[in-house]
Amino acid sequence: MTWIAENFELIASLTLVHLRQSLVALGLGFAISLALGWVAWRVEFLRSLLVTTTGLMYTIPSLALLMILPVATGMSAISEGNLIVALVVYAVAILLRSVVDGLESVGPEVRQAATALGYGPARRFAAVELPLAGPVILSGLRVTAVSTISLATVGILVGVTNLGYLFTNGLQRRIIPEVFSGILAVAVVALAIDLLLVLLGRALMPWTRPAAAKRRSLSPHTAGAGEAP
Amino acid sequence: MIEFRTVAKRYLDGTTAVDNFSLTVPNGKTTVLVGSSGCGKTTLLRMVNRMVEPTSGSVLIDGEDIRSQPVVPLRRSIGYVMQNAGLLPHFTVAQNISTVLRLQKTGRKAAENRAHELMEVMGLDTALAQRYPHQLSGGQQQRVGVARGLAADPAILLMDEPFGAVDPIVRSELQKELIRLQSELGKTILFVTHDIDEAFLLGDQVAILSAGANLLQLGSPSQIIEAPASDFVASFIGAERGQRALSVKQTPTGPVLVDGQGRTQGRLVGADEAS
Repeated sequence: MTWIAENFELIASLTLVHLRQSLVALGLGFAISLALGWVAWRVEFLRSLLVTTTGLMYTIPSLALLMILPVATGMSAISEGNLIVALVVYAVAILLRSVVDGLESVGPEVRQAATALGYGPARRFAAVELPLAGPVILSGLRVTAVSTISLATVGILVGVTNLGYLFTNGLQRRIIPEVFSGILAVAVVALAIDLLLVLLGRALMPWTRPAAAKRRSLSPHTAGAGEAP
Repeated sequence: MIEFRTVAKRYLDGTTAVDNFSLTVPNGKTTVLVGSSGCGKTTLLRMVNRMVEPTSGSVLIDGEDIRSQPVVPLRRSIGYVMQNAGLLPHFTVAQNISTVLRLQKTGRKAAENRAHELMEVMGLDTALAQRYPHQLSGGQQQRVGVARGLAADPAILLMDEPFGAVDPIVRSELQKELIRLQSELGKTILFVTHDIDEAFLLGDQVAILSAGANLLQLGSPSQIIEAPASDFVASFIGAERGQRALSVKQTPTGPVLVDGQGRTQGRLVGADEAS
């Protein structure tokens, strides 16, 4: 405990760096997954190809990817950019499938209803299909967020500093509290981001709020005679 | 006025959903397409808002070929009520009703007021405005569906088995509601059902279809019941059995009408003048 108290400033600054790296990767991964997911969903024959290939990227060992990537991108292996690109690759590997699954979960009758009301294709995607795919995408995003935050620590092995530093430094110097503080900090960051995503989901998708479901069961006149779904 | 001019719909696999169908749907009246499932009646309905494009022939609204109009504004100008309501699950009741208004860039406040007004017209408690569709009963959802169809005050209302998925009591309420509304609003309604009783109840004009949207008979309910065009139509409308096969029975208090099951349905009034 004393080690943590004495080095609180170090832990805090590493946490901020770690958060920055993870969130940038998560944001980019999310944007790319949405774009690719839209393409995969619109173009039937590309769908399984895109989902499978990106999914396979998850099988590349992270250390190997961090060393191979600089050859492709021209970035320095020890740069923060290199780590972020690697994290984006893994994020897309997980998230693309969720985006496609989410879009596929939107029922054809809802899509037809929206078309009949007079939504053009682009507007229908933004206002109907994407929001309704939201819950499935969000659950994928939560897994991706936790995975990205914990995976980012591997950056320290190629020299990108973040919370992973506490692991390697603690092991080398045999300071066990330092290793534990690293584990704890990563867990706290992961949980905080997860919570933030859940709250964001509730704010953006009010129709999925559990409170809404509770209200239904409390008011018998709306549930009437076994008609409620 | 909607005109179908020798429209056909053939699919690539060789099946024909609609074969050279022609019909005029007069303004301000309810026209019902009735037939067993798979007879092409829904395909016909969807041709009117171009959800289905005919492979040949044309559909005209007020004399103008609908293919000459951009499809999205066309759809916004036609009310559409579908089976199971087809509400957007992530929109509240008020948002669902005012969807088309919002698409047409009506102001938020005006759209909301219109939604509340329509909820009252459809007999929905305005306290439900902020609920989501899954919090409503099937009958309430269907009322919201009709309110949504009416929101932009379209001249034409397409109704695709709108009351098919609710229980008989609610269905009968909704049918009465529609009759009341139609007497006030006088929309041009094209209504699809497989229920002949519903067709006779709601339709000013009824078109009886068989597979391939083959028009067996077109006329008012009275015309069809009085003179079925064929044995098939007679048996389809049940003219010789059940509650439509009425016979006179003399009782000490005067003649009464008895249906096919022998149940007395009502008293024969004005019988003295008739005989």
